Amino acid sequence: MAEKKRITAPLTDEVVQDLKIGDNVLISGTIYTARDAAHKRLVELVDKGEQLPFDVKGQIIYFVGPTPAKPGEVIGSAGPTTSYRMNIYTPRLIAVGQKGMIGKGEMGPEVVAAMKKHKAVYLSAVGGAGALISRAITASEIVAYEDLGAEAIRKLTVKDFPVIVALDCHGGNLYSEGIAKYGVK
Amino acid sequence: MREIKTDAIIDAVRQIAMEAATDLGEDVLAAIENAKKVEESPVGIDILNQIKENARIAATEKAPMCQDTGFAVLFVELGQDVRIVGGDFCEALNEGIRRGYKDGYLRKSVLGDPIERKNTGDNTPAIIHTEIVPGDKLKVTIAPKGGGSENMSEVKMLKPSDGIEGVKEFVVDKVLRSGGNPCPPVVIGVGIGGTFEKCAWLAKKALLRKLGQRHPNKFYADLEVELLEEINKLGIGPQGLGGRTTALDVHVEVFPCHIASLPAAVNTQCHAARHKEIVL
Ligand code: SF4
Repeated sequence: MAEKKRITAPLTDEVVQDLKIGDNVLISGTIYTARDAAHKRLVELVDKGEQLPFDVKGQIIYFVGPTPAKPGEVIGSAGPTTSYRMNIYTPRLIAVGQKGMIGKGEMGPEVVAAMKKHKAVYLSAVGGAGALISRAITASEIVAYEDLGAEAIRKLTVKDFPVIVALDCHGGNLYSEGIAKYGVK
Repeated sequence: MREIKTDAIIDAVRQIAMEAATDLGEDVLAAIENAKKVEESPVGIDILNQIKENARIAATEKAPMCQDTGFAVLFVELGQDVRIVGGDFCEALNEGIRRGYKDGYLRKSVLGDPIERKNTGDNTPAIIHTEIVPGDKLKVTIAPKGGGSENMSEVKMLKPSDGIEGVKEFVVDKVLRSGGNPCPPVVIGVGIGGTFEKCAWLAKKALLRKLGQRHPNKFYADLEVELLEEINKLGIGPQGLGGRTTALDVHVEVFPCHIASLPAAVNTQCHAARHKEIVL
């Protein structure tokens, strides 16, 4: 396995530009969680020109709705959810400073265009590996929308959170490259 | 008439709901192990290793293998010589789910209304498919189903003239269009025949079969092998990031159909292919 790149979140343009598809990355630092319902609310605030419940500049948003934590645990199982459902929201958040997304499955052309224009990166975590991934989460705190339960926005502290660069800010696409490389005609 | 108390049903369902979330079947683990031998993509091999490690952690720590602990789909085989006593049968099944999802710290992913979208808070109601069978036993199988892979499922009412080639094309194309969304490697359940709803049910039922087990009819057993090969030629690979392992298996179930119809259904199952059964 190739060398793993270590990065710190939140991200800068320099870090984003250095990430290329296929890179194995370990993230440490702070990331935020949001799924469909939370995205809808965030984008409504952006539309109204109101302040978001957290400063989105440079942030990575992780598409996840964890299981409830057992007593004594930081968080329950916490693997990625399918990203395409956020296609209509993510470009709006990238435009106001979001720098990264963690999810599973490909994101749409509207997201890719925003990623190129504003320098952002899409990272794939292993869907279905929620028990393993939660080991990389060392703290979790609900910062908004507690009424959404599993879909509330959480601030996570992570250490060596494992992801693969799936779409980069240079237009690289590991999904289509993978099919081109391993597909048999 | 043999009597089975609803209290016993509640306990049994609670137990299998919790076990299904944490214990991946031996057949799935063996299929992942085999996939590692043929996978050529380094990223793909890394992902398969993470899936294996995840399953080990989930089983030893009794932690849900995936955060999406699913809609609780129950397949019930109720012996015709059984009498349920002590309360409402469906309510007992739902109470078992309620308790299992609470006591197992599983995620509640069910909304009371598809448009209003407010969470019921206890992961009920379950989806209950009941068949009345000979005998005096009650068998309940839980197959918790995540949204990511369920969303990549489809029913198509093909024309009789589309034939077997039309079915193959539909299945392989569906997997291609699903890409990395359903958490490949996947298991593909295929229903052929019946009516619109029967066909979808067949595709789901097909997913209950153990991986590696073939259809008893040679024609459909060969079809399963051929579809698996075609799907793994797509190159989608683990998590859609490229590779040889797109599907771990394909299972086909068939049923007689109308002279005017050729229904086909694909029910996509992620590698977290969870199911547990209990017999009372
Ligand atoms: S598709 Fe399956 S493995 Fe992937 S997140 Fe959903 S339930 Fe988990």
